[in-house]
Amino acid sequence: MTGATDTLAAAPRGRSLWDDAFDSLRRNRAAMIAVALMLTVVVLVLFGPLLSPYDLYSTDWDRISQPPSVSTAHWFGTDDVGRDLFVRTLYGGRISLLVGLAATAVSLLIGIAWGATAGYAGGRIDQLMMRVVDVLYAMPFMFFVILLMVFFGRNIFLIFVAVGAINWLDMARIVRGQTLSLKKREFIEAARAGGVSPVNIVRRHIVPNLLGVVVVYVTLTIPQVILVESFLSFLGLGVQEPMTSWGALVNDGAQVMETAPWALMFPATFLAVTLFCFNFIGDGLRDALDPRDRSAGG
Amino acid sequence: MLTFALRRLLSAIPTLLVLLALAFALIRVAPGGPFDSEKQLPPEIEARLNAAYYLDEPLWQQFGRYLGGVLRGDLGPSFQYREYTVAELIGTGFPVSLRLGGLAILLALAVGVAVGTVAALRQNTRTDHVAMAVAMTGISIPNFVLAPLLVLLFAVTLRWLPAGGLGDGGPEHLVLPVIALALPQIAYIARLTRGSMIEVLRSDYIRTARAQGLSSREIIFGHALKPALVPIVSYLGPAAAGILTGSVVIEQIFGVPGLGRYFVQGALNRDYTLVMGVVVFYGVLIILFNFLVDLAYRWLDPRVQL
Repeated sequence: MTGATDTLAAAPRGRSLWDDAFDSLRRNRAAMIAVALMLTVVVLVLFGPLLSPYDLYSTDWDRISQPPSVSTAHWFGTDDVGRDLFVRTLYGGRISLLVGLAATAVSLLIGIAWGATAGYAGGRIDQLMMRVVDVLYAMPFMFFVILLMVFFGRNIFLIFVAVGAINWLDMARIVRGQTLSLKKREFIEAARAGGVSPVNIVRRHIVPNLLGVVVVYVTLTIPQVILVESFLSFLGLGVQEPMTSWGALVNDGAQVMETAPWALMFPATFLAVTLFCFNFIGDGLRDALDPRDRSAGG
Repeated sequence: MLTFALRRLLSAIPTLLVLLALAFALIRVAPGGPFDSEKQLPPEIEARLNAAYYLDEPLWQQFGRYLGGVLRGDLGPSFQYREYTVAELIGTGFPVSLRLGGLAILLALAVGVAVGTVAALRQNTRTDHVAMAVAMTGISIPNFVLAPLLVLLFAVTLRWLPAGGLGDGGPEHLVLPVIALALPQIAYIARLTRGSMIEVLRSDYIRTARAQGLSSREIIFGHALKPALVPIVSYLGPAAAGILTGSVVIEQIFGVPGLGRYFVQGALNRDYTLVMGVVVFYGVLIILFNFLVDLAYRWLDPRVQL
């Protein structure tokens, strides 16, 4: 009895794909720096505004377009109506990150459901579903989103939906491909032989095994979405005053960059650093999770 | 090859129909019409305006009329610029956008492939790391952030180049917009080229070529470059779409009178026919471009079954 437990305890713990991936990610210095930077940005965006004596809305006509200064506590300066840019940049970050996460979640849900169903069902259903994806793929969607914003008012909820609805196409393709190869594996065969219903096979066995690809894809989708939102805001079609986002701030800053370059520099830097971090983390995760590259070594 | 081309063209038809229907539906369900103004128009005038533009017909009939028009190359009159047709507006805006976008794609290809190849040849050296870090930065900085910075540096501070407009059409007016438009694509193409070049350089036939004593130059230009370019060619479709979208912002920032500006202005003025015309035009353009890319892809890699 005790002997058996001892052998079990002494046996090396199995290494899952995730253990390998995590180790490999930890050795990737660029990705780890990106993670640290990203966390800093998130913490700043969440708690930074508490540090400042100013709020998002109040204007101060005596301090219009002030350069950054420690003594006035306008750490990032003020904009052309005297609002504090430190607070606005961080609030803008909340919106940008929120849009990024929410819209990615939308595209994730649609994409996984669509891709897994098509891949698992196969045959005519698969062909039909993927044909729909192909057709939608050829649409100039950015232009449709601009139209949506113009016609239906500039509300943030619409941005989630519009952006999420574009990005699910890639997700669906990737998930379908993975599902096709998973479908032929023995454990799926076993589940089918055991009488598990197709819906449950997809839900319990296929989807959890897609997680690796999905995680990589999510970290690469979030920056894309943030980019789309800031693109819209830049055109004046995204988030509306007095709320703001990084794109809207960059737009405002670009108007006055000759006289008040800080109004462009701070939001632009935050936006760029965030996108940079997501892209690096996504890249690192892909390298870490991609079994093809394992033999090549880092 | 011919049957393949024909089949590909045929399969583009449903895509085109969906494009037209989607654009049409979207614009028609939109609240607010082209004749909204501060003053309420007298009902009989509004009715006559609607009749003149066939807005009083049932929707399916309007759609049919529109389809017929599109087939004849007639995109209708612009609601905003009353004296022009949409086709004429596209005719004046597109050459400008085409020059901008075409130059941007060429620049992106030339620089992207060169940087990617050099990085692949010096894999894991400092050159490689620096090139890829710069490329990642290029991907992460949106072009509407980059464009004002370029203006600030080269037009405002150094005064080397004009800040905007087309002036008398001299090439110096195109330099900054083209660079701003091309930079993100340069970054993508450099990363793609590096990846595929590394894969090709690892393959057996390159090792054989090396063993036979061919010079690096012969190996790269004679044997490695063509297969390494296959993924780049398939990226050209998305790249073209990206440049079209990017041109909307870039034309806005640099005050270039191209199609992207018409689109934004048209959308803000609810100029239905103009906006629809631009979307359809761009949609057709992208579909055609993807068709050409597929042909090129097949020519480069005959194993591909599409």
